[in-house]
Amino acid sequence: MQILAQLIVSGIAVGMIYGVIAFGYQLTFATSKTLNFGQGEALMLGSLVGWSLVAYTGYLIMLPVVLAFGLLQGAVVERLGVRQAIKTKSEAGWIMATIALGIIFRNLAENIWGRDALKFPSPLPEAPLSFMGVNVLPMELVIVVGALAMMLAVEVFNRRSIYGRAFVATAGDRDAAGLVGVNTSLVITFSYAMSSMAAAFAGVLIAPVTLTGASMGGVLGLKGFAVAIIGGLSSGFGVVVGGLILGITENLTGFYLSTGYKDVPGLLLLLLVLSLKPSGLFGKAAIKKV
Amino acid sequence: MQNARRSLLAAAVLAALTATLPLTARAADPIKVGLSGPFTGGSASMGVSMRDGVKLAVTEINKAGGVLGRPIQLVERDDEARNELGVQIAQELINKEQVAATLGYINTGVALASQRFYQEAEIPVLNNVATGTIVSHQFEPGKAEHNYIFRTSANDAIQSSMIAEEAVVRQGFKAPAILADSTNYGQLGRKDLVAALDKRGMKPVAEEKFNVGDTDMTAQLLKAKQAGADVILTYAIGPELAQIANGMAKLGWKLPMIGSWTLSMATFIDNAGPNGDGAMMPQTFIQLPSTPKRKAFIEAYQAAYKIDRIASPVSAAQGYDSVYLLAAAITQAGGTEGDKIRAALEDLKGKVEGVVTTYDHPFTPTDHEAISGNIPVFGLVKAGRVVPAHPEDLEGDKALRVKTSG
Repeated sequence: MQILAQLIVSGIAVGMIYGVIAFGYQLTFATSKTLNFGQGEALMLGSLVGWSLVAYTGYLIMLPVVLAFGLLQGAVVERLGVRQAIKTKSEAGWIMATIALGIIFRNLAENIWGRDALKFPSPLPEAPLSFMGVNVLPMELVIVVGALAMMLAVEVFNRRSIYGRAFVATAGDRDAAGLVGVNTSLVITFSYAMSSMAAAFAGVLIAPVTLTGASMGGVLGLKGFAVAIIGGLSSGFGVVVGGLILGITENLTGFYLSTGYKDVPGLLLLLLVLSLKPSGLFGKAAIKKV
Repeated sequence: MQNARRSLLAAAVLAALTATLPLTARAADPIKVGLSGPFTGGSASMGVSMRDGVKLAVTEINKAGGVLGRPIQLVERDDEARNELGVQIAQELINKEQVAATLGYINTGVALASQRFYQEAEIPVLNNVATGTIVSHQFEPGKAEHNYIFRTSANDAIQSSMIAEEAVVRQGFKAPAILADSTNYGQLGRKDLVAALDKRGMKPVAEEKFNVGDTDMTAQLLKAKQAGADVILTYAIGPELAQIANGMAKLGWKLPMIGSWTLSMATFIDNAGPNGDGAMMPQTFIQLPSTPKRKAFIEAYQAAYKIDRIASPVSAAQGYDSVYLLAAAITQAGGTEGDKIRAALEDLKGKVEGVVTTYDHPFTPTDHEAISGNIPVFGLVKAGRVVPAHPEDLEGDKALRVKTSG
């Protein structure tokens, strides 16, 4: 029982990480029906920028700088890679463009920070807390709370502020939003900026637990994408649940089946969802009108 | 235009003339030696230390007049630990640069993919870091007429046997759990470890696997815990090894770690921090001035690269020694033809005093391993450095361990 609880607790921490990354995919998909396949790299860049700063500024002052960097990085991705594709209504141009930008960012990071894994100093004690025999790192609690808080903040922003409403309007119907005076291309840029900001935030959140480094984005970006598909690209609740499902099944399979098959059930689940409910467990089915 | 054509013609005539000049006139031509290793990437700390050790030796040799009166010229290439890039580099070094021999290879996979081109071209390769047991046996007599592949590192058969001996016999652990990554390195090592334990009448209580890049080892560690393990044996590389040490700290369950030499990687020591203290691994060289040669090497290395701690002392020392072995072979061969160098390596007459050991007939036609099981000693991670685990192993005349036959 204790072991099961420990597996689930560790799975929740990992799952929340996947959830935040999936949330980033969602933001850009909502406004533009495009995805930033360099999401993992945005996370990696945020984490490495944070790593460079944290020694001088401490964790709390580093945070806003990393968030600002994330905003900027996302805007750059949209301007360079996506805008042209949207303008020409290209179906696949943005896929290659965001993948290419991701590779460029990774190479850039390799040249600046090297390709070794780096230790990110933890702002909290690294000794585990114990609840009835289940151990959890303080930083893992911060990951769960921080990830939820950030998603909540973005939701509140969207519902309460005028900019947020422009965002929601664009997500609802881009052409109609344009007609009522919303600068939809700016909103799309902004959604990319927010998505990268979420990724950068996730990067500095998880780095004290996972180590950081130029190659950290690849696997995480992919798993986050799987979660976005499982949970549904249109459901905020879905990515949280999807992330938890993936994180927990990974750990349970590793323990009860074999650590050699740890990644398999998550991917099986992905295939299952794609064949039974392509819009995701919690997604609204999109009807494409022609 | 006219002028350009005329000077081109002159250059062509000159080139033709030079080609016909007798060999002696070109005696000062450098001897090209290839150097292939990962200088960026996950195994870069090993690759860069190896490269720097090699360069240090080459600088010393060239300062002393070179080999056969000719300086050694290194042709360095970064293989990024990628098999396909290693192959490209091998072809470039063989066909375009026409190297006399190549040193390097950190990664067993890259070595196996690349060295067959040297074997075909009959150019010797000295593997100075890669440890996969098969590396030096890929073209052993029976599979090929002559084997052009040599090694100056302790192979996995030696290391896994040392690990099992240390864990089971010397320290008396009863329930070893093996944690290995899913790469060739990890899985071949795991197999060697299981065999070595079996020889000592022991079975691992758990054998767990993880991928490179995995950050959460909870499941693997809980399985080892559930099985009642009392020691963790590892075959993996730095970052994931650090996750194992950190994962144990998280679970509040600390077992001794004994594993392959990669537990000495800076990425393990730095990322595990205090959690990594006490980890033990076989080392052919520990950064300690236990012989005059080692003292001179450490001081020269520190001065040349302005550092205190060598990132991977084992790689640096083995790289350094591989150059001196090659230089001795070229001198004995009296030329740079591949088959002559190979024949000289297989029957080196004089002793070569190296950092790791003194090489006295290190190779024979059937044995291409310069390091035997008695040479490495156990290192121990302590406060961010590797120190001898059993200082008595390096006391007095035991400091210099020389290859035993067989």
